[in-house]
Amino acid sequence: MKKILLLCFSLVFVLSAWAQERVITGKVTSTEDGSTLPGVNVVVKGTTNGTVTDAEGKYSLSVPNGATLTFSFIGLKTTEEIVGERSVVDVNMSSDIQQLSEVVVVGYGTQEKRDITGNVAQISSSSIQNLPVASIEQSMQGKAAGVFIESQNGKLGQGIKVRIRGSSSLSASNQPLYVVDGIPITSASQSSNGAETNPLADINFNDVASIEILKDASASAIYGSRASNGVVLITTKRGKSGKTNFTLNYFTGVSHETGRRDFLNAKQYVDAENQAAASAAKLDPTFDYVGFNTKRLARYSAGNNDYQTAKINTDWQDLVFRAAPINQIDVSASGGNDKTRFFVSGQYSDQNGILIGNSLKRISARMNLDHKATEKLNIGINFNVARTENHRLSNDDAFSTPLQIVALSPITPVIDPRTGLASGILDIAKGIPNDNFPVYYNPLISIDNASYIATVYRTFGNAFASYQILPGLSFRSEVGTDLLFQTEDQYLGALTVRNTGTPNGQGFNATTLIANYTTNNFLKYEKVIGEHTFDILGGMSFQKSTSSTSSITAQQFPSDAYKTISSAASIVSASAGPTNFTFLSYFARGNYKFKDKYLLSLSGRVDGSSRFGANNRYGFFPAASAGWIVSEEPFMQDVTFLSQLKLRASYGITGNAEIGNNFASRGLYGPANYVGTGGQAPFQLPNPNLKWETTAQTDIGLDFSFLKGRISVEADYYMKSTSDLLLVKNVVGSSGFRTFTQNIGKLENKGFELVVNSQNLVGDLKWTTSFNLATTENKVTDLQGQVLGTNDLNRAIEGQSIGVFYGREFAGADKANGDALYVLNSKNADGSINRGTTNNYNNAQQTVLGNPNPKWYGGITNTLSYKGFDFTLVFQGVQGNMIYNGGGQYMSASASNGYDNQTTDQLNAWKKPGDITSVPELRLFFGNGVNPSSRYLSDGSYVRLKTITLGYNLPQIATSKLKVERIRIYVTAQNLYTFTSYKGWDPEVNADYQASNINQGVDFYSAPQPKTITAGINVSF
Amino acid sequence: MKNIYYKILLITSAIALGSCGDQLNLEPAQSIDATTALKSSKDVQATLIGAYSNLEGSDLYGGGFYVYADLLASASDINFFGTFQGLSQIANKAIPINNNFVANTWLNAYATINSANIVLKSLNVVNPVDKSRVEGEAKFIRGALYFELVKLFGKSWNNGNPSINLGVPLILTPTSTVEDASVKIGRNTVAQVYAQVINDLKDAESFLSKPSSVTYFYATTGAASALLSRVYLTQGDYAKARDAANKVITSGAYKLTNTYADAFPFTGQGVRIFNTTEDIFAAQVSEQSGSNALNTYYASSSVGGRGDIEMSIDFLNTYEPNDDRLSLFTDDGSGGYSYSNKFDNQYGNVKILRLAEMYLTRAEANFILGTSVGASPESDINRIRARVNLPPISSITSINQILDERHRELAFEGQWLTDYKRTNTSIALSPAIPSNSPSLVFPIPQREILVNDKLVQNEGY
Repeated sequence: MKKILLLCFSLVFVLSAWAQERVITGKVTSTEDGSTLPGVNVVVKGTTNGTVTDAEGKYSLSVPNGATLTFSFIGLKTTEEIVGERSVVDVNMSSDIQQLSEVVVVGYGTQEKRDITGNVAQISSSSIQNLPVASIEQSMQGKAAGVFIESQNGKLGQGIKVRIRGSSSLSASNQPLYVVDGIPITSASQSSNGAETNPLADINFNDVASIEILKDASASAIYGSRASNGVVLITTKRGKSGKTNFTLNYFTGVSHETGRRDFLNAKQYVDAENQAAASAAKLDPTFDYVGFNTKRLARYSAGNNDYQTAKINTDWQDLVFRAAPINQIDVSASGGNDKTRFFVSGQYSDQNGILIGNSLKRISARMNLDHKATEKLNIGINFNVARTENHRLSNDDAFSTPLQIVALSPITPVIDPRTGLASGILDIAKGIPNDNFPVYYNPLISIDNASYIATVYRTFGNAFASYQILPGLSFRSEVGTDLLFQTEDQYLGALTVRNTGTPNGQGFNATTLIANYTTNNFLKYEKVIGEHTFDILGGMSFQKSTSSTSSITAQQFPSDAYKTISSAASIVSASAGPTNFTFLSYFARGNYKFKDKYLLSLSGRVDGSSRFGANNRYGFFPAASAGWIVSEEPFMQDVTFLSQLKLRASYGITGNAEIGNNFASRGLYGPANYVGTGGQAPFQLPNPNLKWETTAQTDIGLDFSFLKGRISVEADYYMKSTSDLLLVKNVVGSSGFRTFTQNIGKLENKGFELVVNSQNLVGDLKWTTSFNLATTENKVTDLQGQVLGTNDLNRAIEGQSIGVFYGREFAGADKANGDALYVLNSKNADGSINRGTTNNYNNAQQTVLGNPNPKWYGGITNTLSYKGFDFTLVFQGVQGNMIYNGGGQYMSASASNGYDNQTTDQLNAWKKPGDITSVPELRLFFGNGVNPSSRYLSDGSYVRLKTITLGYNLPQIATSKLKVERIRIYVTAQNLYTFTSYKGWDPEVNADYQASNINQGVDFYSAPQPKTITAGINVSF
Repeated sequence: MKNIYYKILLITSAIALGSCGDQLNLEPAQSIDATTALKSSKDVQATLIGAYSNLEGSDLYGGGFYVYADLLASASDINFFGTFQGLSQIANKAIPINNNFVANTWLNAYATINSANIVLKSLNVVNPVDKSRVEGEAKFIRGALYFELVKLFGKSWNNGNPSINLGVPLILTPTSTVEDASVKIGRNTVAQVYAQVINDLKDAESFLSKPSSVTYFYATTGAASALLSRVYLTQGDYAKARDAANKVITSGAYKLTNTYADAFPFTGQGVRIFNTTEDIFAAQVSEQSGSNALNTYYASSSVGGRGDIEMSIDFLNTYEPNDDRLSLFTDDGSGGYSYSNKFDNQYGNVKILRLAEMYLTRAEANFILGTSVGASPESDINRIRARVNLPPISSITSINQILDERHRELAFEGQWLTDYKRTNTSIALSPAIPSNSPSLVFPIPQREILVNDKLVQNEGY
């Protein structure tokens, strides 16, 4: 009975409402430039009745009498209009500077920017969309203060170094934790060829709505033992209710190398080798160097005397660099109604590397769905599938990597006239590939006779539900997976024998399956009591990652027509096995705000992990922060030039659980088989105390804006001290073990960050500038007296920055005899340093020669728009770092390494007594100054014109004819110009085969970055 | 309705919170915890196999022991043209204390010794029927390693007083904790190390039996005798060296191959080949396991090597013109330098002890002692010569005739350095390097001295 009554009542109400409604129309325009505004939400206040303005900014809506309309659009001030008796309601909307970045995504939630007391950098989707780069981090370069991003080289899909506020570890990972829509994802390399790959290249970054980077402890401690390196939160786009909105983006373009290195031409090369032989003969008259040299030059000249006339003059760089096409198309649709909203997208990206043989293709599809099941229950899913196919090259250290071609002699012809085939393919006398011609294996042979394809199938999926239990109290549950399935297929043909040592082909196949599951379950409570605002969150999270890998290597193929393992006659090695880790975590955060100006935030996380030793299974990671919005104080109300002034301070403890081996705390035996019989051997000593590395971070910040918010500034000073560093300490080797892993080291990072955003011009011509600059001073403070390092010069030394170049100081050529000289740098009796020189490398003392870490790094983004035109200019740069040319001992070696072609600077070599030069005498086989030293160090500072884009929005007349909302055409140039004094290929470099926490800033035949020019179109309809 | 949500929520949370704690206890899958590694006889025998596996490492009997010794003994005969700086340093006899090859030799040898010590400590769980064999093999491995270490890191037996000269630390118990691995132990004397070597090898000789077939490749009593003969020869104890060599020869378990090339079989491409009839002990290499460092450094790139080491024409000229052994050299075409083809099989075994050496040792010892135990020196030498198509020598008048034959027969098999040292033969460089020069002894690795201040560095470093 009651129900029937209710029904009747409702009907009457609805009918009466209907009776009183009428249709009004209107147009929404911009206050600044009078342009029409499409996509503005128009809602009858207090109801869900609403619409969205069309392409011309027009709307029509049925409204009841006495209605008030609310007009809202992101980035514009929400405007309300009382309809009254009007039937046409036109509205002007002005942009809302305050609101532009109002909501910030934080761990397990969002927060209003003005209330944030931690340090969170935000990168908007618009600044990364459609950039012609392979992965999301590259699109972020130079856009967030204190976030240093560096590609190892110009190969596509390769590892990228990201350091948020410096390096906080020596042996654990220094990469941040990546969280996509609340789920931590797999971001570590899964490569088998000694050079890292980048699992973030599977992400279509046109799907990304925003990137938030949690930098200080207050923001990141809620991620506990994985927060020391900062946390990158990636939030994907969601649908908005209203009409379905389609977008289509397409661009096409071409990439070239950003730079080349200068090598000797044929004549210079022959002269240099002759000189080198003559001076070697003087040093050792017992051997006929000159005769030997003549024979060798003839050999490398394809067995003739063409070298004498420089008839052949090959520039090998021409043969490995190419104009590489790039194409990308993506489409998306989003929309929905009050109950259900969706975002659907698809992308096809096809990028080719500047080095022959290198390419990366990505296909990605996504659907994000939100559904309001009841007034209290929201559910949704995010689902993304992607396939990335990477045609990879050998690592920088391999003779087969294309850029090592520069070692070949310019007198060697590309095509061997004796065979008509590429040089090195056939030794006519033996009927097999040459084993001593050209100087080294010719990498061009690998281009046609070898392939290495890594294909990744990736699924990111998560489902969530949130339920409003009581007003202010809600529960959210998320279950997510990140499935990464990778296959690697390599075939090295018979002709690559000089490189591989296997005359009948070698095949390699590997699969990797990483299943990474996470569930987050948490309660949220928000309450306002008078002037007190509380926002409390607490919950748990469990993550399990299981990784299964298998690989097989086989040799002896019937012919190169057979490329799969099943056709091989001999299996050389095979392996398979899983490894896994788990995290069980409990977290909580409380934010308290008093009188809208005093802010306090406390957070903490308890993390338990299978990786930690039995005695330290759980760790606690708390953080506290406070903020004071000074500009809200009564005494500041007269200070009119300041629109906002906020002081922030935070302190907290975070951890680093990326301690490599999942079972580092255990005493382990591993397989040690002997020709067909299974055996075992111990390889690791147990350490039940092993745990995370601990970082205590203090951050003091100041945010202020003035000129009505047109200029806003954020300045921060931070200090991170890391203790419990996992240190691999040498043990007494006669025990049968080499090392023991312990939490004993310490280091610190401190620095300033400055962000300035300014609206230089508003009105028809708009000009905004976003500038960021950061310093990081890294210092290793306790290594238990050890000096760590594995490559030529990079070391970790107490009192110095991680990875400093440490070794002998080169002092040029001895004026008298052309010997390489080194500064003694020994201590005199009085304690001063002896700056005398010696020609004995071993007598010179090692000293700190330079730092691979930049002193300053940052970027500046300018955007201008005028009517339909838009223009973006992004510069990015680093300053104060050094680069070590690891290939110097071969390519800039005073021709003393043998027959490697030399860089042109070697022409300045010492020739006769009295010559003053930094290049020691050329001496065939008498290594003259080729040992690692400062000879091969140079300044790596650069400023790069990272992105320059010019776009044009077609006028409405054109778009409406085409029945679309918006058409924009644009051209973009990425890495167009680099200002640097570095003489190598490119100053953004870190040799891929050795890159590590300590090994930084090394150039070793590393490919330069691509310089890409594209033209594209964006269409919305 | 509300209640249902509450219940779902409660149940989910309960499941989530309750079941996860156990999930933190994961067991490794690709390795096993040390506490479960030595439970059974099979476990201990697997550890013994692991010791063989380590023994064939590229720095040890995978070839390193012999390559490094040969480079240290090289004059203009053996030339290192490769790019490994560490090997150049050894060839130049100017070894910095941080040389990686030196450090790895030390570390890998001791890791293998630790495996042998684990086996010896765990004999109580080994099946009775296997016990003495397991013990003998572990002692063979340990004895062999201490012998190689004391030769590389200590002064030779005839250089000063071996009871005072420092050898290497003798570690005879296993390491299982970091506390064990932190105990600093100084160097034992050369004499103490030799005594341990002889003890271990004698035990091995008595506990082990003859090879069950030609292709049996684990340590045998013959391998122990043959190595003992080498130890005694190094000490200048000719009688014992002769008797041990004679024991091997007369055991009948081994036979010289028909041709010299047959002792180093190569079918044109790398394939695993089991021991030949003349191999007394060899480190086995296959496509799947082990590495042949002799192939790596001596063989040309067309057969899987790096071609780093080449021989001068002057060295080839020390062979008589018809010597079959000359067929195992190939001119590299650069004029005057040749590769050795002895190690062309990438998966060929690395010969540690060959029967030919036993004949040469017996001949040398008999000649010095004026005896003819087993056979006359002429008969033994002619047996070696006949195989390589050389005419017999009717009468040996000088020890050099035997030593030169040994030099050619065992070329690049790691024996030259010891032969020079025990016979006080200088290395023919200019100026000549006397056989007792400190530069012919490895430095104690720097990393080891830094963690163990009880170690005294060698003279000259």
